[in-house]
Amino acid sequence: MMVLVVGAGRVGSAVAKSSLAAGHTVSVLDEDPLSHERLDAGQPTSWEDAGGRFTVGTAIEIDALLAAGVEEADIFIAATRGDNTNILVAQVAQKRFGVPRVIVRVLDPARSDWYAEQGLHTICAVKLGVAMFEQAVLEAATTEV
Amino acid sequence: MYVIVVGGGKVGLNLARELIRNQQEVTLVEQDRRAYLRIEQELEHAVQYGDGTELWVLERAGIQRADLVVAVTGDDEDNILICQVAKEKYLCERIIARCNNPRNLQHFKLLGIQPAVSATDLILNLIEHEVPGHGLVHLLDLPDEKLEIIEVEVIEGAPAAGRRVADIELPDGSLIISVLPRGKAGFVPKPDTIIAPGDEVLVVLDPGLEPYIMAQFSPNGRPD
Repeated sequence: MMVLVVGAGRVGSAVAKSSLAAGHTVSVLDEDPLSHERLDAGQPTSWEDAGGRFTVGTAIEIDALLAAGVEEADIFIAATRGDNTNILVAQVAQKRFGVPRVIVRVLDPARSDWYAEQGLHTICAVKLGVAMFEQAVLEAATTEV
Repeated sequence: MYVIVVGGGKVGLNLARELIRNQQEVTLVEQDRRAYLRIEQELEHAVQYGDGTELWVLERAGIQRADLVVAVTGDDEDNILICQVAKEKYLCERIIARCNNPRNLQHFKLLGIQPAVSATDLILNLIEHEVPGHGLVHLLDLPDEKLEIIEVEVIEGAPAAGRRVADIELPDGSLIISVLPRGKAGFVPKPDTIIAPGDEVLVVLDPGLEPYIMAQFSPNGRPD
């Protein structure tokens, strides 16, 4: 499988590394050249020596997506820090380039829910975090000190 | 008419001002706290503070009853998202989006966000109109109707130069609707009107016919 990860922040770089370790072809696109350091961190070899690809470019530029290999991608992960950038670029990958699997990071639960209803595979870390906090509060309240 | 304008920069603020002056009901949404406070001095209750890409902010502004949503922030991805949810989630009938970077126009088109207004493109068209020798100017595009109106300069030595309108070999689906002689008033030509070099002509045509039309008005079939 060819995995294209857009946005090499905490989420994007971690998913890119684990996908590469799982044996997939992985390409990463980020507008900040320094974000490459996150891909090397904690690894025995550099990202490229391990077989990864890295392209510097802006997510919503078609040329950057093409350079990063969007046409060959089987899985597209939109994980920049901007919800609206992720939602836009995911729809471009899906509707323009026909990428079969598109996964989108959306921090805002409301936007995440609505776009999920529209057929985007969204993942909302805030919602997951809130649920865990609620569970923890519930457990703490019912535990004797 | 109830209009929601998202983005209180120069475009959004002036738009809101004009709409209010024309007796329309307007809510302007601005996410920068300082800009909001400044605008609030002038527009009072007609401006709200918040990120217009958050659904609850749009709902607080009353998007369910809006007749028109105008997204004019400085970020194209924000304008696209605002218009997409306005249209598809809140079923707002009319939207207008600002496109900051003309290269992003293709994204607006892909997602059906129309009309998208690009100031850069508007100014570029005006420059083309003003700069002499720049053969062809698009005056009007009606993509839904599949019609365009272009303005073409007649170059010395072109097949059409010095000929009667009836004798110019234009493809089916095109028609000369006006002749603008240099320095004189334009007029609607008759079949025996002579087209002179230096004249400009307005042609209505089906999209895609430009090369055939240019072939008649330029010596080498190209502008200049």
